[in-house]
Amino acid sequence: MSRPPKRPAAEKPQIVRDGPDLTGPELADRLDATWARPRGLIGWLATVDHKEIGIRYIVTALAFLALGGLMALHMRLQLMFPDSQWLGAGAFNETFTMHGTTMMFLFAVPVMQGVQIYLAPIMVGTRAMAFPRLTAFSYYMYLFGGLFLWTAHFLHFGPDNGWFSYVPLAGPQYGIGKRADVWAQTVTFTEIAGLAVAVTLVVTILKQRAPGMTLARMPIFVWATLVTSLMVIFSMPSVALVSGMLLSDRLVGTQFFNPVEHGDPLLWQHLFWFFGHPEVYIIFLPATGFVSEIVSTFSRRAIFGYPVVVLSLVSTGILAFGLWVHHMFATGLPRVGYSFYTAASMAVSIPTGLQIFCWIATIWEGRPRLQVPMLYVIGFIITFVIGGLSGVIIAAVPLDLQLHDTYFIVAHFHYVLIGGAVFPLLGAITYWYPKFTGRMMSERLGRIGFWTIFLGFQLAFFPMHFAGLMGMPRRVYTYPAGMGLELPNMLSSIGSAVVAVAVLMFVVNMLASLRAGVAAGPDPWDAPSLEWAVASPPPHYNFAHIPAVESRTPLWDAKDGLPVVHGLRVDERELILTSVISAAPDLREPSAVPSIWPFISAVAVAVTFICSVFSPWALAFGAVPAAAALIAWFWPKTPGANPEPQIT
Amino acid sequence: MRWRRLWVALLLLPSLGGCSGIQTSLGGDGADGASFIRLFTIFLVVCGIMYLLVVAALAVAIGRRRDGGRRALTVDNGSHHESSPLVRSALVGWGALIAVGLIALTIASFFTDRSAAARARHSSFAVKIIANQWWWDVIYTTPDSSKIVHTANELHLPVGVEAEVELQSNDVIHSFWVPNLAGKQDLIPGRTTDIQLLPTRTGLYRAQCAEFCGTQHANMALVVTVESKADFLNWIAQQRRPAFAPASRLELAGYRYVTTRECSSCHNITGTPAGGQIGPDLTHLASRRTLAAGTLPMNRGNLYGWVADPQSQKPGSQMPTIGLAPNDLHAVVAYLERLK
Amino acid sequence: MSSLCRNSLILMTAFALLAGCDREARDVRGKPFGETVPGPSPDTIFPGGAPRGALDPRLAAYGRNAYAISQGQQLFIRMNCVGCHAHGGGGMGPALMDAQWRYGGRIDQIAATIAEGRPNGMPSWRGKLTNQQIWQLAAFVRSLSGQEPKDAVSARADELSNTPPETQTRREPVMPADSAQQ
Repeated sequence: MSRPPKRPAAEKPQIVRDGPDLTGPELADRLDATWARPRGLIGWLATVDHKEIGIRYIVTALAFLALGGLMALHMRLQLMFPDSQWLGAGAFNETFTMHGTTMMFLFAVPVMQGVQIYLAPIMVGTRAMAFPRLTAFSYYMYLFGGLFLWTAHFLHFGPDNGWFSYVPLAGPQYGIGKRADVWAQTVTFTEIAGLAVAVTLVVTILKQRAPGMTLARMPIFVWATLVTSLMVIFSMPSVALVSGMLLSDRLVGTQFFNPVEHGDPLLWQHLFWFFGHPEVYIIFLPATGFVSEIVSTFSRRAIFGYPVVVLSLVSTGILAFGLWVHHMFATGLPRVGYSFYTAASMAVSIPTGLQIFCWIATIWEGRPRLQVPMLYVIGFIITFVIGGLSGVIIAAVPLDLQLHDTYFIVAHFHYVLIGGAVFPLLGAITYWYPKFTGRMMSERLGRIGFWTIFLGFQLAFFPMHFAGLMGMPRRVYTYPAGMGLELPNMLSSIGSAVVAVAVLMFVVNMLASLRAGVAAGPDPWDAPSLEWAVASPPPHYNFAHIPAVESRTPLWDAKDGLPVVHGLRVDERELILTSVISAAPDLREPSAVPSIWPFISAVAVAVTFICSVFSPWALAFGAVPAAAALIAWFWPKTPGANPEPQIT
Repeated sequence: MRWRRLWVALLLLPSLGGCSGIQTSLGGDGADGASFIRLFTIFLVVCGIMYLLVVAALAVAIGRRRDGGRRALTVDNGSHHESSPLVRSALVGWGALIAVGLIALTIASFFTDRSAAARARHSSFAVKIIANQWWWDVIYTTPDSSKIVHTANELHLPVGVEAEVELQSNDVIHSFWVPNLAGKQDLIPGRTTDIQLLPTRTGLYRAQCAEFCGTQHANMALVVTVESKADFLNWIAQQRRPAFAPASRLELAGYRYVTTRECSSCHNITGTPAGGQIGPDLTHLASRRTLAAGTLPMNRGNLYGWVADPQSQKPGSQMPTIGLAPNDLHAVVAYLERLK
Repeated sequence: MSSLCRNSLILMTAFALLAGCDREARDVRGKPFGETVPGPSPDTIFPGGAPRGALDPRLAAYGRNAYAISQGQQLFIRMNCVGCHAHGGGGMGPALMDAQWRYGGRIDQIAATIAEGRPNGMPSWRGKLTNQQIWQLAAFVRSLSGQEPKDAVSARADELSNTPPETQTRREPVMPADSAQQ
């Protein structure tokens, strides 16, 4: 519930708007007073500032990256030698399950969403997200889901059936104990968080762009965010549904996946992969957005083929929904049907191939500066294309029937995920770090870190192609000696250690630069997009005046300063809404003030979900505090001290 | 196809020994396995060319930055929105090249698939494999039920004859994969899938479960013996015989234990009162090459270790540690060694 | 928060968390001590007679262990207990889901019944199953009448659905049968 800010009794309340007579430091102070949040712990928990929430998402996701990476190091240590008994079968199964679940649900999607939450509003020229409290709620849901999963793991009832948790292995008869329920409920947490953020991003991008920023003038990263968020909205309900069905089978004895009672284990696979395939593009497309922004800035020109890049993003997003059966080529479905999915899986690489051309053409026609973000883009192209091509190989059914569930697949998806998402992410963090913190990361340490991770990654994952061709299946805790698998596994294990060192270097760079980095102004890279028009780090209110946009590269084309819009209130939180396609100014809209209710709602919902793993009654009893918190959250606001005059 | 195998081997040099292994996709010892190598080579060549094109273009694009003479289209000279018509045509050409390449690969894949399906219609004899956690039940079915052969964790196939393998599962999803001979096929509870194996070379091959199926998924292998038709018929005839009777007093003591105590609750030994249907058939246990689904080679020491404490060899497996007294252990192992 | 409040919160959390270990542990080999199933004696093999005395808590832990109950569920099907007892509803053999226990419903009493066999058709499984397997079966049998914690039990097997899910089973009181009702 919000209250109007206190004013001294003597002062007559007035509606205060920005304009030619209210600019500069006085405007900044006013806006700061309106848009800042209360100090202290409650204020910290109650924040609705998208920049704070974005940073929290990124930091939490990097922490989960470290945990997931530790799991990977455990696996590689176990697989370094044949017939190793260092990590037993049960512990290994828990380890690879935690690695996959953490990386896919707790790192890859949240980190992309975190960067999107931070940057998308500033890039489109607005002051806040469309649903700020929903975004805060989603962060807490994500955090609680991750804590739940890892607490269960440390208490030895974490999941151990793989990140994909196939039934009947995860079902009520063979999935012993509460482990699979923990997995399913973690998925519920993260899907709610992901959906909430996606909805907020779509509305922010479509309705809150700066006047003049037509859809055709949006930065590519914003397009990638829009497409990704729409994909999230269409795909995540599938996995939320199927994990709910699993929980229902396990807790109350429904028969969704019981073949004897006309259920079907393949139903799980269809519903899971209907989400699972778009999921990897949900991870990949924001990374292509990063690459477009970095390539544009560091080649000193607008991205080549803007319409082609945008249409590639959109068509990849649509095509991604038609591929999921390629994860099921070995399940015995009709072969002719499989041919359709082979063709679709091949077709989806055409838009990405065109995007790669556009990036290389931008570099070709521009004058590239090879600073660290650009190095990561080059590493991305070299690495991701290998993964993409190994994907083309396994899109063919006869080839996939040999290579499915072998280390060839492990190599493929790490090439596309690390090469295709993590490298751009590291470049993006380096690129936007000055904007987030006001300091530059160390260029020298960045270069060393890049080469270390690039070479370490190739050493770790290229031999896995051979291990797969030589007959090593996935998810095995050991392998026999004498099959020629010793060498690839040893190389992979050494490479994984190198990658770990590189990640450590990157984190050290981030932390050290916080204190000792070179101070950065608003635009250290001389970049074209709107986020570089504000201070580093941006003030709470982002823009002192909402800019008006007249090109795709506003900062490069507005040499005499950005044109701005006047007339927004500075005594209340107010945004400008524009039309969907042409961004013509439309309405002024209040924006939510800080509130503790998203946090309390998240706690109530989290307790309900966690307890429902142990007893279905928790859903009935837990609904009460959750409903109470939501009611408090949505309680209608009293009008402020200065309501707008009614239009009659 | 020796030269092609050599070329593939050169391309994949680091996979030392992979081509001659007993569990490798590069073995090409079956009809499907050989067509895999052919198709994989085609894909590798086409994809390799595309990759080299991309990397070369990237290298030139970066290298060009040092060329002071050219007019770069950047913000520094206000031309950051322009692009040259040559590059725009190259975009169209690149798109066309990718599309043509992918269509060609899709067609190649389709034809390989169709020829595998055509081959599949000519299978000569049937085997059924039922997967369990964590062992393989192998049944050679015939219309005459007195001649059905039941074995476990091993598959014998006559060379040059196409076998139709019917696949079922008793518990969770497994996947049957003999990389040297063919691709894999899942075994899914509640449905029957099938795979056709047409081995073209005699030898010993190793199959392994390729779908995560629980704790001991890593130790669920199967030995495939491809032999001449005569050898195969000999083997089938030998498998059809009931178990050998115990020959010594120790073996008799073992026979008594096995047929009246815990072993008979789960295992079947044809020709004896031991008729359990839950575990692997032991009638000709000692003729197999491995124990515990490929976990241990078959020899006396491993038999002792397995029977005495299976949970130390394969923790989590369904065979319990009974805690046999030493005399019983000697007797049981002696009898099991008799079951050739 | 006062130190008493804080300490009791820590203690409660610790107990709640430790409970997870008990339920999720997978003892594949069985401990040598607890595998002794009580032997038969002349004054226990009749209806209403049953081993007396306190139950070793380590054996009671079988009933709280999800792995034991799950293995018991699989053994129940594979050893064809369903042939006489169906999935708890009974048939040739008595129902196992109800409150009537002719030879006692405590876990060691059920284990004794399984090991020794009982008149009128219950076979003796001593020497046919290991003692650990007998304890696992006993734990599962108890779960059929709701005696075991619901978070250790699985809702159903991948079988035909005959009975309400075990996670929803009402906990039946354990009463010895009236000998007139046989």
